[in-house]
Amino acid sequence: MTSWLPEDISTYGHGIDHTIRVIYYIVGAWFVLTEAVLFYFIIRYRKRKTTTATYQPGTTFKALAWILLPAALILVFDLGIDLVQGPVWNEIKIYLPTADQTVRIKGRQFVWEITHPGADGKLETPDDIQILNQLVVPVHKKIQFELQSEDVLHSLWIPNLRLKQDAVPGRTIKGWFEATKEGIYPLACAELCGSGHGTMKGQLQVLNETDYQNWLKENRSLEVGRVE
Amino acid sequence: MAIIGGYLAYLFRYQLAFPNEPVPGYGLVGPDQYNSFVTMHGTIMVFWVAMPILLSGFGNFLLPLMIGAGDMAFPRLNMTSYWVFFLSTVVLLLSFFVPGGSFSGGWTIYPPLSASPGYTGVIWGGHLWILAVALEFTSMLMGGINFLTTTVAMRAKGMGLFRLPIFVWMINIASILFMFSVGPLIAGAFMLLADRLFDVGFYLPASGGDPLLFQHLFWFFGHPEVYVLLLPALGIIAEIFPVFSRKPLFGYRTIIYSTLVAGLLSFIVWAHHQFISGIDPRLAAPFSVTTILISVPFAITLFAFIATLWRGSIRLTTSMLFALGMLAEFLVGGVTGIFNGSTAADIYIHDTLFVVAHFHYTLFPVTFIATFAGIYYWYPKMFGRFMNETWGKVHFWITIIGFNAVFLPMFAFGLAGHQRRIFDPTLFDYLQPYQYLHVIATVGLIVMLAGQIPFIINFFASLSRGKVVDRNPWLANTLEWLAPSPPGHGNFDQEPVVQRGPYEYSHPLLKERDWISQGEL
Repeated sequence: MTSWLPEDISTYGHGIDHTIRVIYYIVGAWFVLTEAVLFYFIIRYRKRKTTTATYQPGTTFKALAWILLPAALILVFDLGIDLVQGPVWNEIKIYLPTADQTVRIKGRQFVWEITHPGADGKLETPDDIQILNQLVVPVHKKIQFELQSEDVLHSLWIPNLRLKQDAVPGRTIKGWFEATKEGIYPLACAELCGSGHGTMKGQLQVLNETDYQNWLKENRSLEVGRVE
Repeated sequence: MAIIGGYLAYLFRYQLAFPNEPVPGYGLVGPDQYNSFVTMHGTIMVFWVAMPILLSGFGNFLLPLMIGAGDMAFPRLNMTSYWVFFLSTVVLLLSFFVPGGSFSGGWTIYPPLSASPGYTGVIWGGHLWILAVALEFTSMLMGGINFLTTTVAMRAKGMGLFRLPIFVWMINIASILFMFSVGPLIAGAFMLLADRLFDVGFYLPASGGDPLLFQHLFWFFGHPEVYVLLLPALGIIAEIFPVFSRKPLFGYRTIIYSTLVAGLLSFIVWAHHQFISGIDPRLAAPFSVTTILISVPFAITLFAFIATLWRGSIRLTTSMLFALGMLAEFLVGGVTGIFNGSTAADIYIHDTLFVVAHFHYTLFPVTFIATFAGIYYWYPKMFGRFMNETWGKVHFWITIIGFNAVFLPMFAFGLAGHQRRIFDPTLFDYLQPYQYLHVIATVGLIVMLAGQIPFIINFFASLSRGKVVDRNPWLANTLEWLAPSPPGHGNFDQEPVVQRGPYEYSHPLLKERDWISQGEL
């Protein structure tokens, strides 16, 4: 089942994939077992001339054990799932690591306006590079993002990074990721934002350090402080 | 309304499989129409099909019969509730024909998209949507009050609370859940209307509001609402299982207690819809724990149903097939919910077609499969005739096969990263390799919709051609089978006096037959 997942190129993606896999095996086993029992009972206890049904109201504790014990096991597995997923969630959403670099991503009907820090590595300086629908980051760097929206709800969705976060107007939501592989990956909007929602797409470009520096130089025309 | 909802599904499903080709029977579907169809499909199916059929339809007919009452406690309130519902339907359907078209902001109507007509271009469609839903909820609220009063005040002599059929319990618990959850939503909807009409700004950050406030209000209602639909459906199959396996319902009291626990839990799980919505991430952990925990009481209930089959004598009538089908398919919805309830997995799964698959595996068995089970089972009581069993089985198999063909592929789609509510998946390169799954799903949907034709014909043809039955054709114990088929005014010839619980099948003291009515001395 997990073979459907796209290639994971982030440092924390395996945590999410692992959680999905753990849940899959646990609920998969339950599901198969329960359906098997259900179908077995249907076939085994079909009405026959010779058989009569047994009176079994399930009122005694001993009889109820047949359903309460499996349910207790489910409780144990539920808590197990909580234990597996908790640290993954903490790593991704709660504790922000020290950032090597910060980018600002702003959603607007129906584009992503992305501000990269320029050569100085800082936002809010004249050499920031502003560009639509293109998120360009160096590989193996902790990138912090500040997510905003200008109008309605959007949701930043980069499947290969296992990254999804809603953009809410009036708020700046911080998050992070670290890409581990160079390449070009899809970026989309996952929250209905109007008629163009299905066309609101972009690209994540992961470059090595040299290519990234070259990219900065080549795109100096996009610097916000630049006056031609 | 179910036909309209199904037709809308066909329109946007076809568009997904063959983007930008005219849909046979309609024409081209643009992005605006696509959003509007998706919105109205969700609205209609949840609020105008599932709720009225399961709660009002079955509830109004069965609840008085099952507790041995002549009628509902407040017949006039019942009538008012019906006409308010009728009015709400008119208002909703009207929204298709006003300038700008029907609402297109998603059935969850998240602001700011829904709060300012400027974002969608839909003005009247949005106002009418909110008005229609508010009217519909008012009608349901009146119905709920009536159910509770009737159950409390009008039970036949001897009908103690623990002799009530599970269906009656479920309808009442569902009504209570609805009552406690709907208030915040109605308030939230009127605040939204104020934003739309007068630019008040409850949800608009520019005016000091917050879009997330609406999400909290919506899901505080929205999650219990799932159980408002689920419980009557479980109630229906709880009535059918014992009759066709000739056994008492296993763990009758345990089912009631675990349902009450699940009902309570349903009020503290709402934020699992908001893990990545921008709420403080620290909030996610407790909500994830409560969400996953809710699997325990429902597991108990489902296991109890399965245990009811053990060492029974099972007859696979059409209604029993549908009841078993409901259980088998609902299990898929149940276990896949764990993925959404888990914070870490939800980061990836949220807002993908995986979620769409999950909730259709929960709500389709609830809304349709259980309803069909109920219709085939109580049809003789309603009309005094049987429905044709052979056509019923044809209907069952086409529905089940079609349904799985539509929604199984969506799990794979979701994992591949297919986000929801995009009208043309071919615009995204990474979804191209899976486009064939959309074709499979669309074919499945057409098969499933066509499969309802035998049902509709069977339903109407059996009104005059079905085999005539007496009062108790299935040899069942509950009180409704004591009344004439169909029940006349006042339901019973004489007021029944209840002697025992509703599921005393195959009791060792019974000789010659394996059943004994609740009202028999």
